[in-house]
Amino acid sequence: MSDTPRFDPKAATPFLTSRGHSGWLGLKYSTHGEDWVELELPWRTDLLGEEGQHVLASGPILSLMDMASGLAIWKAMDRFEPIATLDLRVDYVRPAREGAAVYGRSQCYRVTRSAAFVRGLAHDGDADDPVAHVQAVFMKIGGKDAREVPNGQ
Amino acid sequence: MANEPGDLGVLTPYVRSLGIELAHWDGGMPVMRVAFDEAVEGRPEHYHGGATGGLLETAGYAALRAELARSGREAMLKPINITVQYLSAGKSRESFARGRITKLGRRSANITVEAWQDDPARPIATAVMNVLMADSES
Repeated sequence: MSDTPRFDPKAATPFLTSRGHSGWLGLKYSTHGEDWVELELPWRTDLLGEEGQHVLASGPILSLMDMASGLAIWKAMDRFEPIATLDLRVDYVRPAREGAAVYGRSQCYRVTRSAAFVRGLAHDGDADDPVAHVQAVFMKIGGKDAREVPNGQ
Repeated sequence: MANEPGDLGVLTPYVRSLGIELAHWDGGMPVMRVAFDEAVEGRPEHYHGGATGGLLETAGYAALRAELARSGREAMLKPINITVQYLSAGKSRESFARGRITKLGRRSANITVEAWQDDPARPIATAVMNVLMADSES
């Protein structure tokens, strides 16, 4: 249908990250492609993982990848519909550099009637030298979601 | 034996910022709790998958630190990986999580974690974590 609104990650991200867990993390739009979305997690000292160590905790990276994956799925489906994480695996291959923003890039490589499959990585400036790799499966949960997502208006 | 999570180094800046705290000890293992507020909310009135993951991870580290303290060991903990299974939606009330050490090796530990809301027998999410234990001096 030509009148179906297209899902625009750049327009939707500020709305989706204005509050809640994503708002608390301060996630921002970075860039996107046909079936992938990259979000930015700015450096924050209150997200450190170990007292006296200047290393970002692993939890925020998991959250960043969960959110980037959701956006990648909506981009791949070209519409917003409620989804829920079913299974998410994160391999933390190295610590993120102190003071660096972390970028979470997730690609939705397959959508079925009930599930969506994603893979992605987190990096701190160079996508060829990731800090984490991610693999996840989401379920479409149907039902109604009261949120209206802006699409570039 | 340490009986405060602060003693165990569990309440990191991230953990405090998200509002995770020690609820109580059960069977020698710390049970961690987080209240439902905006910092953990995903879609309206439900937990964000990332917040649930953060609670699971925190409980996993807490369990490992408690076990290491019992054996008089000190180590810097570094995440290797985590796999989270989301079993049912986390609703708008407090959540708990508790870890269990499946295997404690010299250099790495394997930990299973469960999170629940009303009934520990009905978990909302589970996780398996591998954690690297480096010497504190290094």
